[in-house]
Amino acid sequence: MTYDNHIDITPDLVAGHGLKPDEYQKILDLIGRVPTYTELGIFSAMWNEHCSYKSSKKWLRTLPTKGKRVIQGPGENAGVVDIGDGQAVIFKMESHNHPSFIEPYQGAATGVGGILRDVFTMGARPIAAMNALRFGEPGHEKTRHLVSGVVAGVGGYGNSFGVPTVGGEVQFDARYNGNILVNAFAAGLADTDKIFYSKAEGVGLPVVYLGAKTGRDGVGGATMASAEFGDDIEEKRPTVQVGDPFTEKRLLEACLELMGTGAVIAIQDMGAAGLTCSAVEMGAKGDLGIELDLDAVPVREERMTPYEMMLSESQERMLMVLHPEKEAEARKIFEKWELDFATVGKTTDDLRFRVFWQGEEVANLPIKELGDEAPEYDRPWIAPTPPAPLDPASVPETDIAEALLKLLGSANHSSRRWVYEQYDTLIQGNSLQTPGGDGGVVRVEGHPTKALSFSSDVNPRYCEADPYEGGKQAVAECWRNLIATGAEPLAATDNLNFGNPERPEIMGQIVHAIKGIGEACSALDFPIVSGNVSLYNETNGRGILPTPTIAGVGLIEDHARMARSRFTRAGDVILLIGAPEELGTHLGQSAYLRDVLGRREGTAPHVDLEHEKKTGLYVLSLIREGRVGAVHDLSDGGLALSLAETAIVSAQGAHIHAISTQNARAWFGEDQGRYIVTATPEEAERIVATAPVPAVAIGTTGGDTLTLGSAKPISIKDLRDAYEGWFPAFMGDTLN
Amino acid sequence: MKSAVVVFPGLNRERDMIAALTKIGGTPPALVWHKDAELPEVDLIVIPGGFSYGDYLRCGAIAARSPMMDVIRERAEKGVRVLGVCNGFQILTEAGLLPGALMRNASLKFVCREVKLEVANANTPFSHRYAQGQVIRCPVAHHDGNYFADAETLAEIEGNGQVVFRYTPETNPNGSLNHIAGITNRQGNVLGLMPHPENLIEPAHGGEDGKGIFAGLLN
Repeated sequence: MTYDNHIDITPDLVAGHGLKPDEYQKILDLIGRVPTYTELGIFSAMWNEHCSYKSSKKWLRTLPTKGKRVIQGPGENAGVVDIGDGQAVIFKMESHNHPSFIEPYQGAATGVGGILRDVFTMGARPIAAMNALRFGEPGHEKTRHLVSGVVAGVGGYGNSFGVPTVGGEVQFDARYNGNILVNAFAAGLADTDKIFYSKAEGVGLPVVYLGAKTGRDGVGGATMASAEFGDDIEEKRPTVQVGDPFTEKRLLEACLELMGTGAVIAIQDMGAAGLTCSAVEMGAKGDLGIELDLDAVPVREERMTPYEMMLSESQERMLMVLHPEKEAEARKIFEKWELDFATVGKTTDDLRFRVFWQGEEVANLPIKELGDEAPEYDRPWIAPTPPAPLDPASVPETDIAEALLKLLGSANHSSRRWVYEQYDTLIQGNSLQTPGGDGGVVRVEGHPTKALSFSSDVNPRYCEADPYEGGKQAVAECWRNLIATGAEPLAATDNLNFGNPERPEIMGQIVHAIKGIGEACSALDFPIVSGNVSLYNETNGRGILPTPTIAGVGLIEDHARMARSRFTRAGDVILLIGAPEELGTHLGQSAYLRDVLGRREGTAPHVDLEHEKKTGLYVLSLIREGRVGAVHDLSDGGLALSLAETAIVSAQGAHIHAISTQNARAWFGEDQGRYIVTATPEEAERIVATAPVPAVAIGTTGGDTLTLGSAKPISIKDLRDAYEGWFPAFMGDTLN
Repeated sequence: MKSAVVVFPGLNRERDMIAALTKIGGTPPALVWHKDAELPEVDLIVIPGGFSYGDYLRCGAIAARSPMMDVIRERAEKGVRVLGVCNGFQILTEAGLLPGALMRNASLKFVCREVKLEVANANTPFSHRYAQGQVIRCPVAHHDGNYFADAETLAEIEGNGQVVFRYTPETNPNGSLNHIAGITNRQGNVLGLMPHPENLIEPAHGGEDGKGIFAGLLN
């Protein structure tokens, strides 16, 4: 075949690769000549936003990433955190937003596949997954199709691969009509002395290609993911990859088996920008050059050009640097699992990235500049202006029971059962808490008492009103959810989803959100150990709500002392911990305002980090001392929604007497740093008398109705019908 | 009592099954890779759940045609007990060791939830730890568990007492005929079961209802 590696590099071609004129000039200055076509592709793959973090890097550096348990922070495939006994939890969250909108099943499936690969690339067996999904308004013509495809895709991949999906989020808002968010999280377990990194070491060593064959799928995917959508998105479907969980499962087993032999020096999965990105990262990190021979790359399509091979995002592929004397042993393992194994290059000492194809050198670039030294911007930004505070007088008294039923039966606060029952939540036999509570909990296999807790959170309404407080709140809520299971929060991963950073007001959101996240993480000893940035989530100039998703991991030392959001006995006292004197006050940007009254007004609630920490650590001490029964955090929908959720899960009612008014502030206010817990009457008295933070007895458990002060009692059945009804009705299900 | 767990590529609940057999039986089962030269002499052969060969083509169809299945068929004919769970059940029907077929769930969706099972025949090696008619809890996790057989076959397996577990009518998760969740072969030594008893065997799982199947086989 003929392939012209020296076609004219026109301004249109440069623009088509997502490179700005000044970035192209930087390429010319760097290499001192016009790049070849393959080289242009390589630059576009390495220097796009998705791979280079060029707009966000300056700000990401400000995040706290260290801690006494942190073994590896951002910069590797995933973060690594010590959980004691010689073991570590390895985790990360990553977006697959753009592809999932274009082709929901495959986009979501490969998002799950990609994040699982990030985790097992480091030597960890995946033990838990979560997904934070955000869709457009329910009535939008595409929403149902996207929900159905994304959920099936997440399940299709994760279920087949064999990892329990233990938590996540599903929300709807018109601002995601043109750009949905699919943020996939995975965590794995490894021994601390058997963790694998991407930094290559040693000159002249074999670079080995493993896994599935290379096809044309996903060519240009990372560049696509770094652009806004216009009206031509249907044409972008070919840039979405196709997932094969069967191959991924074999790749997992083969990689773990291979790692056990001591053959692996460095390993990098082929994710965004495939072969290019993985080879450059391994070389650049190890201060080595890499030479690739594309004729040795296993391909599944004929006549692939070097350009296509370098930019393919075919899934389920790995690149490794191996000890040469173990190559034969390694090959045998991959043959057992019927996966491709090919030596495609070697490490060199010249710091060049050289690519050969049919005897021709199609690329020869400086490897460090491609990788670590990609462009970086200090983009102009303007500080967001917080909206005016909500006028409390503008919120009328209301029928609290009716309002609660309306919230429970709304798109954003109803049960997600329709979604999570399509995910295997039980596989591996270690799931202690599955979706529907505060966090997912999975026990540490082989350890008699330890378990890990997982939660994913963000409130985009708050982030839109005030990115700084919203960023803080996302961290605080995640931390709070982990506490509510009885876990010590260890560390978090962030998935920052925003619009076009070239617009100063969007850049302002990014800057402020990161500032808030950083402050909260520092205050709560909850470092960020990995993450991902997804920008350009815009369609025709309209951006998504700023959505910095925070996913956290906590450690439960003894799962016999784990807490659940479930009333354990009738006659227990319900305590509200950490609340202000009026119990609830803040209705600005609340669920009640948006989903009951249809208003979006006011400021985001303020997060007092010192109060958050003090309250949380106190609640954790109560759980560890076995003094409380049910524990549930308060977030969206405030006290009333939290009580209703607990009552539904427990199939047990409660009577709340501490608030007699029909004032929505107390029932639906979203003040931060609050929990409900239950305890025996004697224990409750002790807690109220000695708590270092506000602790008020607000009611008792029991019966088959939930009675909120003077509001009319609601039967558990009515609560459940409202809560469970919305999703299946929305999706048009008639069969169970 | 010796047992073996047979693994085909793409199966993914073998670790759950090994844990259950080890915790309940006291000794770990032999782990047999589908290409291993031989299957050790055991009293119980288990094919666990998962997605053998990705469930591509048809669930269980590719594994059913592997040489290892011929060995399992021979052992079954000699009376060795065989348990296939979920994908294992699908493989056993595809291999002809059990009658009928497992079609896509009536909802067309994967379903993972807890259901209730009625013990329809307590007089089998797999179910004798339960009482006839006892209702137990058990999780399911599958996309293709909708049991189907033609009228004649159905009448035959019902008449022979081959239906061992049924979903209670209100918890049938997949549209199975006669709410069938698990059946044996005519001889009663091969059981296919769609639900996952191995995921409900200890307090940490929230219950031990699934334990009886393994306890009855191993002890």
